[in-house]
Amino acid sequence: MSDKEQTITAIDGKPRTILLVGNPNVGKSVLFNALTGAYTTVSNYPGTSVEVSRGDCEIHGVRYQVLDTPGMYSLLPITEEERVGREILLRERPDVVLHVIDARNIERMLPMTLQLIEAGLPTILVVNILDEAERRGMFFDIPLLEEKLGIPVVGAAVRRRRGLKEIRAAIVGFDTTLRASFGYASDLERDVQRLTALMTADYTIDARSLALLLMQKDEELLALVKDKEEDNFPAIEAALREITFERRVDLNLRISLERKRVCKGLLEGIVRQEERKGRPLAEHLSDLTMNPWTGIPLLLLILYFGLYQFVGGFGAGTVVDFLEGGLFEEILNPWVIDFCQRVIPWYWLKELLVGEYGIFTLGIRYAIAIVLPIVGTFFVAFSLIEDSGYFPRLAMLVDRVFKLIGLNGRAVIPIVLGFGCDTMATIVTRTLETARERVIATLLLALAIPCSAQLGVILGLLSAVPGALLVWTGCLIGIFLFIGLLSAQLMPGERPMFYMEIPPLRMPQPRNVLVKTLTRMQWYFLEIFPLFIIASVLLWAGKLTGALNWLVNALEPVMRLLGLPSETAAAFIFGFFRRDFGAAGLYDLQTSGLLSPVQLTVAAVTLTLFVPCVAQFLVMQRERGWKVSTGILVSVTTLAFAVGWALNRLLLATGMLQ
Amino acid sequence: MKVSHKAEEILERLWIITEEGGDNAAHLEALSTTLDAEELLELQQMTYIEVKGERVYLRPEGREEARMTVRRHRLAERLLMDVLDYKGSGGNERACEFEHLLHHGVDTKLCTLLNHPTTCPHGKPIPPGTCCEEARATGETGVVALTELKPGETGEIAYLATGNEKKLQKLMGMGVLPGSELVLTRRFPSYIFKVGHSEFAVDEDLAKEIFVRRST
Repeated sequence: MSDKEQTITAIDGKPRTILLVGNPNVGKSVLFNALTGAYTTVSNYPGTSVEVSRGDCEIHGVRYQVLDTPGMYSLLPITEEERVGREILLRERPDVVLHVIDARNIERMLPMTLQLIEAGLPTILVVNILDEAERRGMFFDIPLLEEKLGIPVVGAAVRRRRGLKEIRAAIVGFDTTLRASFGYASDLERDVQRLTALMTADYTIDARSLALLLMQKDEELLALVKDKEEDNFPAIEAALREITFERRVDLNLRISLERKRVCKGLLEGIVRQEERKGRPLAEHLSDLTMNPWTGIPLLLLILYFGLYQFVGGFGAGTVVDFLEGGLFEEILNPWVIDFCQRVIPWYWLKELLVGEYGIFTLGIRYAIAIVLPIVGTFFVAFSLIEDSGYFPRLAMLVDRVFKLIGLNGRAVIPIVLGFGCDTMATIVTRTLETARERVIATLLLALAIPCSAQLGVILGLLSAVPGALLVWTGCLIGIFLFIGLLSAQLMPGERPMFYMEIPPLRMPQPRNVLVKTLTRMQWYFLEIFPLFIIASVLLWAGKLTGALNWLVNALEPVMRLLGLPSETAAAFIFGFFRRDFGAAGLYDLQTSGLLSPVQLTVAAVTLTLFVPCVAQFLVMQRERGWKVSTGILVSVTTLAFAVGWALNRLLLATGMLQ
Repeated sequence: MKVSHKAEEILERLWIITEEGGDNAAHLEALSTTLDAEELLELQQMTYIEVKGERVYLRPEGREEARMTVRRHRLAERLLMDVLDYKGSGGNERACEFEHLLHHGVDTKLCTLLNHPTTCPHGKPIPPGTCCEEARATGETGVVALTELKPGETGEIAYLATGNEKKLQKLMGMGVLPGSELVLTRRFPSYIFKVGHSEFAVDEDLAKEIFVRRST
């Protein structure tokens, strides 16, 4: 550790902070990874659910803490993510704010740079994705832009590691006293002046910027100002009311247009556009993904190779066989069981550790050998697709169908993620804009979306019986649409709306995919692993006390109603602890020849629809509250059995699958 | 010669039944009038209609007047429902009162303001006036909703007509601002358009609220 570093970090006892801000899809995360190396921790921002990555880096002997904020379009937040992004901007008192923009859309993104400068934040502008811009014939005069803006400006193509050195140099040599200011039209300036003159308290952002945000009806900041100004507040509020009334027709638009005008002036002589002929291949491919005639077959191909072959075949097949069959069954289990038998004299403890539902034999083995490979391969596939920019295209493709079920295209991301882990997906429903959409998505995830672990087992189970897989898929799609339609009709609330920026299709970068996958798996492990242990402890306690038997007995009449053998009751009870436990229970019954094809299909459908696992239920309860989550639990359970009963009758009556 | 309000209502219904419904005449009951009603006599005197037994026929002399009455009613509906935001039957009732004010060129002005709409909010055709035909002949495109553009067409964003402030801010934040050039690339399953080098997808509801000046 050098002397210099010690002195610098010692000033206030904490490292300096760098904030990365900017629109979605401009390469913030790539820059974050490049600056911090692999040592990323992703955490939820305090008091919210939105993920924020934190990492450390050292530049020329100075230690910095780097924060990657969620994408935002402007300082005036609309979505939950943007709100968090701004909160970080206002609260962290950053030493450097790196505003990352997409060079191709500089005209559109520069207004936010203005807002950052206006707010008095120590901003460095990173004009990123220069390589793709140059390929389109756009060239930039960076030094001139720097001179006009009055802040450091760096041109970069971070994915190609271009400009990283310059960014580091700019961070270290940053002189925060540099300030430029931009004037708006005189009438607007007059209103801003009027408000700033009234404000006396001390704020983290410049009063001018605060005034503009207040004029745009920023409720949060209004509350903040109310809090800080105390006696002064009524005067401010009165002035504000007058201004907003005077400008009721077009205030927001006026401000946006003023910024656009300023940016146009700033960009004069900066961008040189050369004519380019021909369209890049990525654009043709992009068209294919968005045209329903080619987009749907493409989607099916992605599902087949990504989900069925890679996750189902490779993850749930090859890797699980290796870990479960090879590592655990042959090497670890015998050794651990033998060790416990010799060392531990008490029956109950032996049962707890290595018994039928033992922590090791069930909990750990299950988590590591079965679930981890399946979920891991799923996250690899998911991160690959995410990094390529395919999801927004999928969202626009399914928007119309999703509208029917009360959601909008945006909801594909939580729904697709649900095929990996419904618990994680339930958390991600936060990105949906209205409470109504969040409840519907939570319900559908709990009901009709099997998670990858469950999917893996069920696919294996049903592929042995011709036609069963088809009936199962048909049932699930039918229920998904039917319940979605029904809840869209019954749930009060606004019609969802859909808007989304479609980023260009890109070749996924292995490094990014790896970091995203590892981050997700880390989360999964930390959140879910303890639940495996708890589940095996509960099952163990249930077995010892006889409660498990009692529950199984209680469920038997229901099983008979569905035409299922009474042994399946146990599988259903397990299903609550882990969705896939239940499916695995069926697997045992199937291999011992206890289930006919009809029974197998009915059991698989019912089990898939049946209650979410404990983890998902707990998250549901945390996210949606007791009332909604209990409601969902009860209706899902009832529905699962009702569908099972009806399906059994139907299959028997039509003689299908016999 | 000015037709009375009640007579206008009769002409309007008669037009709908005969011209749009395909019947050759309308029964008195369908017009909610009686043989000795004042307005019926008035119209007969003007030779706009002819009454045979219990059926009323629209004469060629009355066609233009009837057509324009229907036009005024539907323009009024457009104004009340789209611009003044009256919804449902309330809008319809007010349109019935409002239409009688649209004489002496007021209808032409309104039609131009509304950019020569071709259908009423219920989807029925608005008979075109001379102003519509002139606009068509001179190739005047005016300002239309994004939904009116064909894939490949370009336009300049004229204004955003959303009543929802959050939506408006979102669109503006993404760079969808009046004055920007826009290219529509796809209408189905969602509306896809480009502004500069960025591409956006919006649903039909939102596309209806983005108004563009078609480039020619």
